[in-house]
Amino acid sequence: MSEWWSYRPTDFLMFSPRIYWRLFESINAAVWPAQLLLVGAALAWLLWILRRGAEAAPRASAVALALCWLFVAWAFLLQRYSPINWAADPFAIAFALQGLGLVALVGCGPLQVSAQPWRRAIGLGLLLWALLGHPLLAGLAGRSWTQAEAFGLAPDPTAIGTLGWLLLLQGRRAGARWLLRALWLVPLAWCAITAATLATMGEWQALVPLAAALLALAAARRR
Amino acid sequence: MSRQRTPSTTRRALLGGALAGLLPPSLAAAPMTRRIPSSGEALPVLGLGSWITFNVGNDTAAREACVEVVRAFFAAGGRVIDSSPMYGSSQPTIGHALAQLGHPAALFSAEKVWVGDGARGVLQIEASRAHWGVPRFDLMQVHNLLAWQQHLPRLFEMKAAGRLRYVGITTSEGRRHAEIEQVMRTQPIDFVQISYNLLDREVEQRILPLAQERGIAVIVNRPFREGALLQQLSRHRLPGWAADIDCQVWAQVALKFVITHPAVTCVIPATSQVVHLRQNMAAALGRMPDAALRQRMAREVAAL
Repeated sequence: MSEWWSYRPTDFLMFSPRIYWRLFESINAAVWPAQLLLVGAALAWLLWILRRGAEAAPRASAVALALCWLFVAWAFLLQRYSPINWAADPFAIAFALQGLGLVALVGCGPLQVSAQPWRRAIGLGLLLWALLGHPLLAGLAGRSWTQAEAFGLAPDPTAIGTLGWLLLLQGRRAGARWLLRALWLVPLAWCAITAATLATMGEWQALVPLAAALLALAAARRR
Repeated sequence: MSRQRTPSTTRRALLGGALAGLLPPSLAAAPMTRRIPSSGEALPVLGLGSWITFNVGNDTAAREACVEVVRAFFAAGGRVIDSSPMYGSSQPTIGHALAQLGHPAALFSAEKVWVGDGARGVLQIEASRAHWGVPRFDLMQVHNLLAWQQHLPRLFEMKAAGRLRYVGITTSEGRRHAEIEQVMRTQPIDFVQISYNLLDREVEQRILPLAQERGIAVIVNRPFREGALLQQLSRHRLPGWAADIDCQVWAQVALKFVITHPAVTCVIPATSQVVHLRQNMAAALGRMPDAALRQRMAREVAAL
């Protein structure tokens, strides 16, 4: 790209905010009321593992999370986002790889809930935000509730919730611990990308994925 | 202060009823046109861009809204629609609108080739043509000068073979003007597309005079700085002289400034709203600013 220094972020924004937010309206309408079932199931899982403590952390949650990433890759990024943003295809590939990585985690031995209070607290907070808080942003920003971003359907709450999940859980074997560390990469990268996109669109909501990523990183580094 | 009527232009006998309500009856004349220097063909000075506004993806409601914009555009006497493979789903959106409207004969299709490998240019042009649903493009431009050394010879061959009518190059936001000048001086192009508006006037120094000297038609993009200029101006009342040139909104002020430069052939504002489209198209009607007022317009807007 010649004279690259003369380009601004807005030069790369090829769609209008109105059309972007309508993508969520489209996917919500397509799967309704599955988002309610998804939130209910995730909350039930959270309650269950918190009551069982560090002893149990079913690997099935990795499979469920993987399905969310694969669904977002296909139904949101490829089917809806890609027609208005030619950069969406690589994002979809990254989301699909994240999904496959989560599936691979199942074969890496048992998982357990982290014993570190900070990780547990922040992880739980991020998961609850992704499930219950993030969908409220549409209404708070003055958009229609039909454009709410739901966990498992929209990339932002899926990435934020996954950061929470990664904080909550630990692997017992070296392979699982290595893979869990690798699985931070895509959600963190997505938080940066979506924050940049939203900021370019002039949306204050850009702060949310940015704050979530920084919070997750801070909690992960705290001993 | 003198005011001139529509400057040295030809006029089309087209006037959409849609425009009639925007102007006093005394101004209900045909929209201003300019001739393409290389052929003498007249084009309405108000065209239609598609960057962002027509990139609506699979959104059915938004796509139908674009159909109405294109319908209003042709009803108001418009002809030039400009797009690019870079603009996401804008090409299929235009193709859908043209199909819905029965492929209006007035269309002047302006497309771009945007690929770094010259050998893939023909394939990309064919894909674009399929999206538009047209037998051939009127104008094919090398987008942002990307691989122009490879594309231009092929485009000239296509023009010679009757598969294109005109060949051009584009840039935006003042980039690569030295290279644009080089192409304008050395290549037999018909069109050059550049950014020009009340605040970004660098092209007045060399590019626009060179276009006049070389007989190259000029398409102007970003007349509103992608809306930022209008957003900035919307905080201010229209100056008194705006009424003297039959402007009711800032968009018309911005457009009349651009289209009255003698080197400009066409400007391509983009919009997704019919009301804005009609306001834009009305800028091709009524009284126009003379050179002195153009200077004052630029000076006062820069000071706001």
